[in-house]
Amino acid sequence: MTIAYALIILPVITGIVSLFINSERVRSNLLLIVAFTHLFMSIMLCKGEAGELNGVWLGLDSLNSMFLIITCLLFTGSAIYSMVYLDKHPHFNGPAIAGLRMPANSNAIFAAGMQFFLAAMSLSILSMHFGLQWIGIEATTLASTPLIYYHRNKRSLEAAWKYMILCSVGIALALMGVFFLAMATSSHVQQFTSAGLVLFAGYLKVEWLKVAFIFFLVGYGTKMGLAPMHNWLPDAHSEAPSPVSAVLSGALLNCAFLGILRIYQVCAAVPAAASFASEMLIIFGLLSLAISGIFILRQPDYKRMLAYSSVEHMGILALGVGLGGSAIAAAMLHAAGHSLVKASLFLLSGNILAVYVSKKVEDIKGLLKTMPITGVLWLTGFLAITGTPPFTTFNSEFAILRVAMQSRSWTVAVLYLLFLLLVFIGMLTSFMHMTLGKKGETEVDGSAGESIWQVFTPVVFLSAALLLGVYLPDFMRATINGAALLLGGKAL
Amino acid sequence: MNSIAALLAITCLFLLGSSRLLVSIRMVAFQGVLLGIMPLLAAGPHHLGVAAVVLSLTNIGLKSILLPWLLRTALFSSGTRREIEPFVGFGTSIMSGVFLLAVSGYIVKRLETTAQISSSITLIAGFFMVFAGLFLLITRRKALTQTLGFLVLENGVFTTGLSLGSEFSVYVELGILLDVFVGIFLMGIMLFHIDKEFDHLDVDRFNELSDLTVDLSESEEVSE
Repeated sequence: MTIAYALIILPVITGIVSLFINSERVRSNLLLIVAFTHLFMSIMLCKGEAGELNGVWLGLDSLNSMFLIITCLLFTGSAIYSMVYLDKHPHFNGPAIAGLRMPANSNAIFAAGMQFFLAAMSLSILSMHFGLQWIGIEATTLASTPLIYYHRNKRSLEAAWKYMILCSVGIALALMGVFFLAMATSSHVQQFTSAGLVLFAGYLKVEWLKVAFIFFLVGYGTKMGLAPMHNWLPDAHSEAPSPVSAVLSGALLNCAFLGILRIYQVCAAVPAAASFASEMLIIFGLLSLAISGIFILRQPDYKRMLAYSSVEHMGILALGVGLGGSAIAAAMLHAAGHSLVKASLFLLSGNILAVYVSKKVEDIKGLLKTMPITGVLWLTGFLAITGTPPFTTFNSEFAILRVAMQSRSWTVAVLYLLFLLLVFIGMLTSFMHMTLGKKGETEVDGSAGESIWQVFTPVVFLSAALLLGVYLPDFMRATINGAALLLGGKAL
Repeated sequence: MNSIAALLAITCLFLLGSSRLLVSIRMVAFQGVLLGIMPLLAAGPHHLGVAAVVLSLTNIGLKSILLPWLLRTALFSSGTRREIEPFVGFGTSIMSGVFLLAVSGYIVKRLETTAQISSSITLIAGFFMVFAGLFLLITRRKALTQTLGFLVLENGVFTTGLSLGSEFSVYVELGILLDVFVGIFLMGIMLFHIDKEFDHLDVDRFNELSDLTVDLSESEEVSE
């Protein structure tokens, strides 16, 4: 249990410390050390007490242990990447405004913000109490806003403002949901946690539970990037520095998803609310798929394209959980696969951006020639993100489709396939344009984006996505199936 | 309790109708004081714990002293004084406010049939504040008014929670309060940056990021 608290407190302390460190080198090393320590402690926690730890405040079950490991892995990968990335970008002298002193170096804010962000994500994942989870998710918004504003220009300011306002309003509505959920409970309930509520599922007031679910879905759905509440997402993810985009897209969206899953867990135990919750998830899932499909077609900005692809995959997750049965387990697997692949793609987009200094698809040609390693990885990432076999994303997307067919929801299956096809076509055009073809007229020196630190993480993550597609280790299968059972689904 | 709830609703109507930003900030600060007193009254003089007093004092300190000070500083440094030409006029805003109040009353009336609600007047005020906050967020141009709108929304959620009698432990309450405070604080800091980068606080003139192409954005301007 102490480890669980340490996971949250450690990054806060080191984050504050790194605000006061002057040396660039010491600060980035500290970030790396914290990332690895955190990863190690999380693995210890999951190995030691898997499925047994059920506190009033913090706890660990198969549902959040998987999200915890994904988050730590992604954070470590991004920390490794940002070692070099930060050096390539000019430093800023933060202005001292109207008596509010800002630390002079925005890299200090970056390092500190990343660590606060890690702490907030750990809190939101580990918390069992619904109120505490709300605090955690809101804290992730607060910690990540300065990271999105890292570049200190108009565009990033606009993105950060949109992110802050939309997500805060969304999460405020989720707090209403928490209050309504408290109304749905009876005096029998000892613990205001999902497990505690499931225990007395028979005593829950169904109408209030349904209302609470809607508020949770809209509130946390805003943070998760479900359409039509996704407006902040393309802006924030494309304007943030690439290591931050990777964590935002791969880890943070999962945290918000976990918030929805927790109340879904309660709904699944109440037959009268279960079908309602599933239908809502399917509707929002399909809508997200549709919107992302439309905006990915002819998307001129490759980072925005990746961001819309996140909306698409969040839609797939919601759809999978909504369909129920073994699709829930598939959705869990898909969450893992999407995180690995999307993080790699965002990091690679950082390499491309560092060399070409443009986010426009049309400015980038012949990646395979100018940046051979990044080019190959970029194509691999494309295959993985669109769910091409043998990547793990194919297995999960296919399993979801199979459940849709088996349950004879033909409309859902057809729409799902159609939107996936739209996304595939949209991404295919852009990726082909970027990787193939001759070098552009202007000479580009690709070596600036190809150092070992910049390609290490994508290589590891993409290989993992490939390996998981071929062979799913037993411990992971057990975790995924355990999570599915908690949510009233079947084993994969 | 009921008179405080009524006062809260009246401050919201004032906010909807006021064009002077300084007045709006004062109104929101006043709301903070009311919100601080409310849980003390709800508990009654015999059940007052140390935790409840600490919570109210923190509430008052943050929401009615510190945050308004920050927002005032932001306001003075930007040289903006008024909310000019909101998307919905001030008169119409007040009328919509009255309508929203009626809607809140209707919702609470419907809810009363399904559940025991300890104080329905407070719940009406809570819902109304949430609606009014959202209304301000949607219809006003200035980033500062949006921040105020968010604060009103957050106050509304707080009031709703209070009137539903959902009590979490004091740690959770403090955590929620801290989150909200840091959130508004960050928004306040961003106000300085927005003013510096854009030379204005008009959020609707944020147009650096869009998926629409040039000719589409022109037609968008016409539709406004």
